[in-house]
Amino acid sequence: MATPLALRVFEAEARVYKRTWRGSVFSSFLNPVLYLLAMGVGLGTLVDANLPPELEGVSYLSFLAPGLLVATAMQTGAGEGAWKVMGGIKWLQTWKARLATPIGTKSLLGGHLLWSGARVLMVSVIFAIVIAIFRVSPLWQSLLAVFPALLVGMAMASLTTAFTLHTRTEAALPMYFRFVVIPMFLFSGVFFPIEQLPNWLQPVALVTPLYHGVEMARAIVLGLEPAVAPWVSILYLTALTVLGAALSIRPLRSELKP
Amino acid sequence: MSDVLIRAQSLVKKFDDFVAVDSIDFEVSQGESFGFLGPNGAGKTSTMRMIEAVSPVTSGSLSVLGLDPADEGPRIRSRLGVVPQENNLDEELTVYDNLMMYGRYFDLDRDVIRERIDELLDFVQLEDKRDSKVSALSGGMKRRVIIARGLINEPEVYILDEPTTGLDPQARHVLWDRLYRLKQRGVTLIITTHYMDEAEQLCDRLVVMDKGKIVAEGSPRYLIETYTPRDVVELRFPVGVLEQVASSIEDLGDRTEILADRALVYTDDAEKTVAMVADRHEPETVLARRSTLEDVFLRLTGRSLVE
Repeated sequence: MATPLALRVFEAEARVYKRTWRGSVFSSFLNPVLYLLAMGVGLGTLVDANLPPELEGVSYLSFLAPGLLVATAMQTGAGEGAWKVMGGIKWLQTWKARLATPIGTKSLLGGHLLWSGARVLMVSVIFAIVIAIFRVSPLWQSLLAVFPALLVGMAMASLTTAFTLHTRTEAALPMYFRFVVIPMFLFSGVFFPIEQLPNWLQPVALVTPLYHGVEMARAIVLGLEPAVAPWVSILYLTALTVLGAALSIRPLRSELKP
Repeated sequence: MSDVLIRAQSLVKKFDDFVAVDSIDFEVSQGESFGFLGPNGAGKTSTMRMIEAVSPVTSGSLSVLGLDPADEGPRIRSRLGVVPQENNLDEELTVYDNLMMYGRYFDLDRDVIRERIDELLDFVQLEDKRDSKVSALSGGMKRRVIIARGLINEPEVYILDEPTTGLDPQARHVLWDRLYRLKQRGVTLIITTHYMDEAEQLCDRLVVMDKGKIVAEGSPRYLIETYTPRDVVELRFPVGVLEQVASSIEDLGDRTEILADRALVYTDDAEKTVAMVADRHEPETVLARRSTLEDVFLRLTGRSLVE
């Protein structure tokens, strides 16, 4: 529901972000560098020494980098949907303040998701630049992988927003990260192909938004054939985003406009 | 009566089974300063939030600026100023950023907002705090920032929910002074409060609310004259004595109220009552004063406003 007022909410979030952008950009840069050094180069040397057939001849660093790009987007989206929302409705009550103005719940949600998308875009682009610096792929190729990362980040932001609005308790958020976000991060094909998972777990990995983004990003960066047709993944991730937004409206209304 | 800006008829607000606002009627006219007086939980805030087109009306009718809040929420809100009960400024941002951000929600031009910020900070006497973080301000200053914020869209009706609750006396007086100036400029004010002095200072007309209902309506002077004798003599007795003397002070005035810590004797002639007390009893302290809205409230509901 991108009414113009949603853009005003987006602008407000940007104003808040402006206060901490330096630290945020710096850590968005440092985080992938550290991960790619430790896991990609460090651990990767051991992995590559074994020449595992599952990696189809690519180095572990190259296998890992596009996956981690999408995983970072996924976590950024989840973070926006969790902490930003809890802050708005509980801690700072800034969302309540907005609703005393012409801003309605739909523009509030629209602006929030738009901003979450912008945050995902920022960390993803920085990550793509780091991938190019590590010479995994040319810059244009890693920048193309930002697109699936954005889709995954948006889906997670939207679904997490719905979750936060439904639970309304801050104690639920660490649990959500521990039992949903971190397992998804570890077992959706970022660090190893999901074929390594026990058979019964593979379908679970298949329905995670992260898996679909990782497959697309890896296909783009390494020039491989994706395991799932991209249009299926794109449609699926878009549907999850819409679903999250649709599930958010009602609890948002009852929380802020009782 | 001049133009009616807000009209409520049989207005009801329910939360599940709980009736927060129980079929109330009122009208607020252009340029008027209208108050809702009542204790916590009386239904004041629920009423405000319906007027603000934030909370849907359960039943009855409500018209705000001639519009129906159910259909025209954004249009109504663009013409209202709101000072909420809680401080919901963004503490991490500067005063300027908070005001600019809020002004942008009304889709105002940045240059227009910039000009208004200068005017409003001058009005609330915070020019020197323009670039301070909100978290560094005192409670009274934060309230003043919120007062300024609520005026950024030059509202036709300015709604203040408990504007001075939790402030020290000096900060309250600064705020009252600012609100009085607004009133003089012809801004229509709607104020909720559980402080009778605030209602007396600021309101031309008010309704007294209790348990979701309006129990009295009129100007502060009218309410005091109608519901309570002119004077009150407050008597404090040593612990335990109050209960013993309770029956013997009943005839000292028109009416007596025995509270936890003191007895209130309502009378039209405080001097005579004080003299009679001196003849019969030895209270710790005797205080003769004029009746206030607090006494009106006590009379109407049998309870104190601030417990």
